[in-house]
Amino acid sequence: MTQARAGLRETCRAEVEEILARYPERRSALLPLLHLVQREEGYISEAAMREVAEIVGCRPVDVFDVVTFYTVYHRQPVGKYLLEVCRTLSCALLGGRKLTRHLEERLGIQAGETTADGLFTLREVECIGACSNAPAMLINNRIYENLTPEKLDAILEQLRAEASERVAPPEGERQGLP
Amino acid sequence: MPVVNKESAARMNDGPLLFRYINDPEQYRITRYLQHGGYAGLRKALKEMTPAQVVEYVAQANLRGRGGAFFPTARKWGLMPPGVFPRYVVANADESEPGTCKDRQIMERDPHQLLEGLILSAYAVGAEQVYIYLRWEFELAAERLWGAIREAYDHGFLGQRILGSNFNCDMAVHRGAGAYICGEETALLDSLEGKRGQPRLRPPYFPAAKGYLSMPTALSNVETYCNVTHIVREGPQVFTQFGREKCPGTKLVCLSGHVRQPGVYELPLGVSLREILYEWGGGPLEGRQFKAVIPGGASMPILPPDKFDYPFDFEGMVEAGSMIGSAGVIVMDDSTCMVGAAMNLVRFFEHESCGKCTPCREGCPWLSQILRRIEHGQGRPKDIDLLLAICQQMDGKCFCLLGESALVPVRSAIQHWRHEFEQHVAEGRCPFGDGHTDPGTRGDTDEARVQRRVVARRGMGGGAVPGGGCRQPGAHRGGSAGQPERGTGAAFHAAACDRDADRAVARDGPLCRLGSWFSDAL
Ligand SMILES: Cc1cc2nc3c(=O)[nH]c(=O)nc-3n(C[C@H](O)[C@H](O)[C@H](O)COP(=O)(O)O)c2cc1C
Ligand code: SF4
Ligand code: FES
Repeated sequence: MTQARAGLRETCRAEVEEILARYPERRSALLPLLHLVQREEGYISEAAMREVAEIVGCRPVDVFDVVTFYTVYHRQPVGKYLLEVCRTLSCALLGGRKLTRHLEERLGIQAGETTADGLFTLREVECIGACSNAPAMLINNRIYENLTPEKLDAILEQLRAEASERVAPPEGERQGLP
Repeated sequence: MPVVNKESAARMNDGPLLFRYINDPEQYRITRYLQHGGYAGLRKALKEMTPAQVVEYVAQANLRGRGGAFFPTARKWGLMPPGVFPRYVVANADESEPGTCKDRQIMERDPHQLLEGLILSAYAVGAEQVYIYLRWEFELAAERLWGAIREAYDHGFLGQRILGSNFNCDMAVHRGAGAYICGEETALLDSLEGKRGQPRLRPPYFPAAKGYLSMPTALSNVETYCNVTHIVREGPQVFTQFGREKCPGTKLVCLSGHVRQPGVYELPLGVSLREILYEWGGGPLEGRQFKAVIPGGASMPILPPDKFDYPFDFEGMVEAGSMIGSAGVIVMDDSTCMVGAAMNLVRFFEHESCGKCTPCREGCPWLSQILRRIEHGQGRPKDIDLLLAICQQMDGKCFCLLGESALVPVRSAIQHWRHEFEQHVAEGRCPFGDGHTDPGTRGDTDEARVQRRVVARRGMGGGAVPGGGCRQPGAHRGGSAGQPERGTGAAFHAAACDRDADRAVARDGPLCRLGSWFSDAL
């Protein structure tokens, strides 16, 4: 990692302090701090892991240990829009798999890949707690429910327009409250 | 944009207790909550009741935990060692059991109901700090919970000397990071402590004895705490008027899959499964018939239609041959391939296995692979018994209930629908065509799949794959959409690799069966 980064303690000092104050000891702040890094930088670099380790007072390897365990943390940048389709039973029964195929076709990528323009990353995830409104997916951590291929087309259209700044992002986009 | 609902679009009834105001769009604000009698229970408790009396109320109501095991909540609190402080209260809002989507509705639409129950529970057990462990995917719930916490501080329901009493209480939301296993209570605590979410060795059997930072911790499901709110506000009889004697109260039932009216409904415990499916669910889809139902989320045995008349509560579902679990009722009609359904569920457990113990980490991928082979028409006649043999080898030998759960769909599917497995093998194809439960990626070679399995295991080295060694660097879970990871230092690798845990299991032999608290609850 050679890329210069400003460091969490400079860019979000107040938030770091607020997070640390929630817990009786520093280590417990690890997950929220990593969420903060990811919100600010889009992914978690090794440099960031080292910094977080310093803040909470553990070894960098302990942070790495945690980052690799949880599916939410990215170690490489992902697309501007992260599309995550639920593939678990309730959704699968009602065509969740079809949604993935539809997106794969529309975007010209396979699940697990990012489009060349860096706009979309597509992946499949397990149950996201929207089972009675299946099939469902997450777009930048916002839940979309009762989906059909037609609705997906409308959403993609909207996101593309938004990316080219023709329209403002919907309220609450990419919040990531750590 | 019409396709985006800020709130969940779930269909919900105006239930008798927890869902009384769920369809009121303003209920999440404290002003509306107060208009509807909110925080009256807290006022009453702090003015008129001792902590012991609050516990007594919960005991009289016979409130049993809604997280799945239905263990009596007051008894759990009673397990906290006397005189040991500080204590903590933690809400399990990890809700990731497939088929379950009830806690989310409460947290998005009526978060103060949860907060009040948590503050009351903290008062009851003598804790001054509360955490809500919320799964990462519930963004709106996080917003609403933090908003509610701020409102509660502003109104003096949280903070120092609450409502003029000597009781102090602070609260924070702790967001998970995408791991089903963090719903398991001891894994949840490790995750709260900033570690990998892997289950802890029991005993002590309950976090009540030794929980967050090794201190006594009351840990229950969101719905359980919401029930505390109503029990204290209106007295235990408001709760015991519903349900059967052994298992009183109402239950939030999540109905999903092949029904006309999926949704989340608050129903008295003890109604029949049939009533849930037909009266609330509106029956099967056009021209279809019900074939199978999972009553309690992915971890519970699948039931055929001849079991629909059993009462839907803890005892009733056990009699029917399953468990009520989280009340995530997943319905499948006659268009469903049961091999595909079992495969989907096992794949879920395979993906979510934390990798700590061998039977689960190794057993799940094998089950998954064999089911996949059968589903895709390459099964051998002996594969069905092979599946059962693997189940036998995992049964009672997994470190936690996740592994024990993985074999449940396989066993119950074979028990009731063995002929479908045999048909797959005999015909060399899936009789349901391109089964829509198929979660697999098209054109997967076996090799690609094994590779994926290696990286898919949470942060694990590849050592457990037959004939494989630790493929470092790059063996570890990418986390970022499956892209191969860049080289990382050997020191990183060594610590992230769980070989030590493996060795411990190999050395100490199979770990004891930990389901005893299930039978304890009976
Ligand atoms: C693999 C696994 C996942 C679990 N997931 C959840 C969950 O998402 N939510 C939950 O409340 N309980 C879950 N539980 C049950 C908890 O371990 C615990 O028993 C429960 O939160 C206790 O709350 P209760 O007393 O209200 O039932 C899970 C258990 C296991 C073994
Ligand atoms: S059974 Fe073992 S490997 Fe599976 S989740 Fe539990 S501890 Fe982890
Ligand atoms: S199964 Fe897709 S959201 Fe639960």
